[in-house]
Amino acid sequence: MQAFLHQVLSGFATGGIYASVALALVMIYQSTHHVNFAQGEMATFSTYMAWKMITIGFPYWVAFLLTLLFAFVLGVAIERIIVRPFYKAPVLSVIAVFIGLLLIINSLSGALFDYTIKPFPSPFPSDAWYGGPYLSPHEVGMIFVTFVMLALIFVFFRFTPLGLAMRAAAENPVSSRLCGVRVGWMLALGWGLAGLIGAVAGMMTAPVIYLDPYMMFSVLLYGFAGALLGGIDNPWGAVLGGFIVGVLQNIAGAYLVGTELMVTVALVIIIGILVIKPSGLFGRPIVTRV
Amino acid sequence: MTAILETRGLSAAYGPTRVLQSIDLSVPERGIVTLLGANGAGKTTTLRALCNMMVRVSGEIRFEGRRIDGKATEDIVRLGIGHVPDGRGTLVSLSVEENLRLGAYTRRDARVAQDFELVYGYFPRLKERRRQQAGTLSGGEQQMLAISRALMLRPKLLLLDEPSFGLAPLVVQEIFRILRTINEQEGMSMLLVEQNANIALELANEAYLLETGRIMLSGPAATIGSDESVRRAYLGY
Ligand SMILES: Nc1ncnc2c1ncn2[C@@H]1O[C@H](COP(=O)(O)OP(=O)(O)OP(=O)(O)O)[C@@H](O)[C@H]1O
Ligand SMILES: [Mg+2]
Repeated sequence: MQAFLHQVLSGFATGGIYASVALALVMIYQSTHHVNFAQGEMATFSTYMAWKMITIGFPYWVAFLLTLLFAFVLGVAIERIIVRPFYKAPVLSVIAVFIGLLLIINSLSGALFDYTIKPFPSPFPSDAWYGGPYLSPHEVGMIFVTFVMLALIFVFFRFTPLGLAMRAAAENPVSSRLCGVRVGWMLALGWGLAGLIGAVAGMMTAPVIYLDPYMMFSVLLYGFAGALLGGIDNPWGAVLGGFIVGVLQNIAGAYLVGTELMVTVALVIIIGILVIKPSGLFGRPIVTRV
Repeated sequence: MTAILETRGLSAAYGPTRVLQSIDLSVPERGIVTLLGANGAGKTTTLRALCNMMVRVSGEIRFEGRRIDGKATEDIVRLGIGHVPDGRGTLVSLSVEENLRLGAYTRRDARVAQDFELVYGYFPRLKERRRQQAGTLSGGEQQMLAISRALMLRPKLLLLDEPSFGLAPLVVQEIFRILRTINEQEGMSMLLVEQNANIALELANEAYLLETGRIMLSGPAATIGSDESVRRAYLGY
């Protein structure tokens, strides 16, 4: 029982990471109707930035904040420069752009920081008082950071004029323009925020699974599974989906399939949802727009 | 009387299809002008062309004497042009109140709170439903919301695309009464596109008649309303 509880809680901790990635995917999906396959690589690249800053002596939290800024600017720049010209392009070209982006950022990480696996520090000391029998201090800290971030994002979208304008721009660009909203910039801001969320996920994951250019590959898969499970057009459903996937994955890994086959769990979830309930648990049914 | 809005040789096209052919139109300061015409004449397209949205535009458009043609839609809106679009443009996943907050998005003045009460005063139904998701409103309620959203911008010029569409006759009367009040009290100029020519001519000072993308007739609303051919074609008597 104690072991089971441990699996659930630590699944909850990793679930927070998947939830963050799922949220980032949904934010971009809502405005572009595409899944940003490069989301994970953007996060990895930002995490490398954090690693570099920490290695050359920046205090952890300074590096953390600077990395958020970097990730935000990177997201905005990618939208403005690379993605924007393709908004009216056919679906396949857009997918090609996203995959190209994935490969480019991935090789860039490898070229700049080489492919060796690097340890990444946790800001939560392993003997901290908030660790316990069920969760390590890093897992506790990870849950805390994820929750603070999700809460801030929620407040931003719910209660600020800018958040409102971003939601409106994603839903109905024409009407939003008629209210004076600069829709193009709202989409870019969405990419910036998604990049920032991904960077937090990357920096929280890296101490657990080590830093290498492929670090976020499976995380993105789980995050995508979470987004689909919760509903790709429903941000808070996707967050919940991410947590569910995290817990399921841990339990399945411990009791059903073993750790080698854990990634299969994500694929099974993805295919299962697409077959049984494509709109996810909390999403609206997907209607193809013509 | 000086014109708040003036177009010269305004043409518009969707891709290769030309829809408007060199339209000259003028809306006087504090005036109400109505644009009448059959289905497909180009009324909606005219309003879109003024806001540079969804159509390719050529020709001159002046707002308060300054050229606005070629500007981005959101910049035109920020100059003080409100638009109640064809199809209402409801932001369906937002609440009624969020729709109105979005209408006031560009404003930083202190009268926003007051204007909420103003539009809720005009349309008490919206106040009752202010927490409701706007997509679940009835068609008529969404039309009220579209007008209110545009009013929250506190525009100098209001473009209205068939505000009577889908509304019960009593509600139409009510809305036109409100539009008259706003025009008189706030001095807001209006360009009104309508199918319901009777009620539009009653409200407007001036009228234009559009036929397949050209202005066929224009003049004081009363004169147009008593024109024999207009009466037969648009007023039904
Ligand atoms: N998005 C579009 N793409 C191509 N053609 C269009 C588009 N929108 C309108 N048109 C064409 O432009 C012409 C004018 O349309 P418009 O909507 O301006 O007419 P309208 O006067 O508003 O008619 P109604 O009274 O039915 O609303 C029509 O022939 C229409 O088919
Ligand atoms: Mg029309």
